[in-house]
Amino acid sequence: MAALETTSPTAKATSSPNRLLRDLAGLAVILIVAAIGFLLFPNNLALLTRITAIALLVLSLDLVTGYCGIATLGHAALFGAGAYAAGIAAAHFDINDPIAMVAIGALGGAVAGLVSGAVILRGHGLAQLVLSIAVVHLFHEIANKASEWTGGSDGLSGISPDPVFGVFEFDLWGHTAYGFGIALLVIVFMLLRILVRSPFGMLCRGIKEDPIRVSAMGASVQGTLLRMYVISGAVAGIGGALNAISTQVVGLDSLSFTTSAESLVMLVLGGTGSLFGALIGTVSFMVFKDFVSAVNPFHWLTIVGALLIAVVLFAPKGLYGTAAQLLNRSRRQ
Amino acid sequence: MSAVFQVQNLKKSFGGLAVTQDVSISMAPGDRVALIGSNGAGKTTFVNLVTGHLQPDSGKVTLGGGDVTSLGPTKRVQQGLVRSFQVTRLFADMTPQEHVALAVLQRTGRARRILGNFHAMPDVMAEVGELLHTLGIDHIATRKVSEIAYGQQRLLEIALALALKPKVLLLDEPAAGVPQSDTPRIEAALAGLPADLAVLMIEHDMDLVFRFAKRVVVLAAGAIIFDGSPQDVTKDARVREAYLGNYANDRSAA
Ligand SMILES: Nc1ncnc2c1ncn2[C@@H]1O[C@H](COP(=O)(O)OP(=O)(O)O)[C@@H](O)[C@H]1O
Ligand SMILES: [Mg+2]
Repeated sequence: MAALETTSPTAKATSSPNRLLRDLAGLAVILIVAAIGFLLFPNNLALLTRITAIALLVLSLDLVTGYCGIATLGHAALFGAGAYAAGIAAAHFDINDPIAMVAIGALGGAVAGLVSGAVILRGHGLAQLVLSIAVVHLFHEIANKASEWTGGSDGLSGISPDPVFGVFEFDLWGHTAYGFGIALLVIVFMLLRILVRSPFGMLCRGIKEDPIRVSAMGASVQGTLLRMYVISGAVAGIGGALNAISTQVVGLDSLSFTTSAESLVMLVLGGTGSLFGALIGTVSFMVFKDFVSAVNPFHWLTIVGALLIAVVLFAPKGLYGTAAQLLNRSRRQ
Repeated sequence: MSAVFQVQNLKKSFGGLAVTQDVSISMAPGDRVALIGSNGAGKTTFVNLVTGHLQPDSGKVTLGGGDVTSLGPTKRVQQGLVRSFQVTRLFADMTPQEHVALAVLQRTGRARRILGNFHAMPDVMAEVGELLHTLGIDHIATRKVSEIAYGQQRLLEIALALALKPKVLLLDEPAAGVPQSDTPRIEAALAGLPADLAVLMIEHDMDLVFRFAKRVVVLAAGAIIFDGSPQDVTKDARVREAYLGNYANDRSAA
């Protein structure tokens, strides 16, 4: 008992208040960046809302790749599943309340997470990567074939969401969609902060580093990973639903291999295994892509490629990871 | 007393090499067994077979009377069969405090919670603090494992096993890599173990073995060549030849 008195208070002091402060600071940063975006690009809110939806996809990818160490190039399957679930609910079942649509999107994403997780987790390393690619192609093909429900390659239209809380109509300028998106992002982000710090989040980080150690602790590795896949699916599904609500169409590109690969690029760019890294990666990639493709529509991919090589070679922990590392180092000196 | 843990006719070969040859061991609650044998004798393989990290070619493992041979490592741990690793397996990015907390959370059925944090669970914090204190690593409780000395990592490895409150504990060379000055910590932790726990320890330090064990099992080329009291092991001709050699001579000379 003597040990209790000497160790725990100090350990406690270094964690909780600090974390709360960091959470609030993080929240403030997101809101400030969102406001700056709104002021700088008032005519391009559609892009900003799209970035917000993709940020949810990249956060979701971070949960399985960054926190659990699962390699996947098929994560858009979960995003697309959420988008189609919300879109089909609206277009075919007349469920137009945006919050209900988001809930359905989360559910659709979670189910897709369960299915693709069950497949992808059968493999390891390269096999896992190949399985993930197969999964997203399969989802894509199913959506393409079920054109009565999904609109096939023409896309799913006929989505017209009701006003949020019956008050805020989705306007032509995209004000409501943007506000709705930022609100969703902030809520999800805060929930994920809690998740990654929870016992379950610790277990996932443990599995990423050494699954054998985790099983030697008596915890089920596969069960834990599958659970995280379902949670990740719900998050991606919310992103998909947001995209369906804000653009009022769902296209096959929402569950494409390209979207999957791009989301992985964004995550690596920002830094895996941190929620801020996921956000920063998304924003920098999307803004950079938009900017470069406007300036030089022919070579934008080359430039994005060069940027990525530079980051991987010179800042392997990603933009956020590297910045955090430098900051830590300078603070210590 | 009836056996809490029983291994019957365990066999395993890698390619043509028979690494475990018809090994049978039985342990009762409270047993303190040392498993010794030269490098490559098959001691770690034996532990891996017993814990389910390797599949035996044949043989049977029973725990508390139930057959666990077909169960994976996770299930066996849940039934109270816990091991430590010869080469530490820890999470480089986590602190000793987080490691032990995770083990305590897992044991108490709280490791899958998606809300809350162990810092706010007084019982977990108390148990973690106590265990780290016992092993003398409480002063580095909140450092990352990648930043602490290897000897301290070894002590943490033991703390993790103890945090799971096993019925049967298998320690694979717990003192290897621990500085001489810290081995008393390991001994103290072992001495403080519940009396009804069955412990099997693989160890090369014979002084430690003789202080700890009430029974010694000697493995040579995958087969048990001796199973008996510590007093008799040094007298056994085969053991002298296969393993003890110098140590036994030193002792009788001293
Ligand atoms: N996975 C494996 N594949 C092939 N050979 C192995 C494997 N694991 C151990 N061995 C071999 O089995 C023998 C026993 O190894 P081990 O059990 O680690 O011995 P000890 O722990 O007694 O030093 C050694 O010859 C080792 O090379
Ligand atoms: Mg060994």
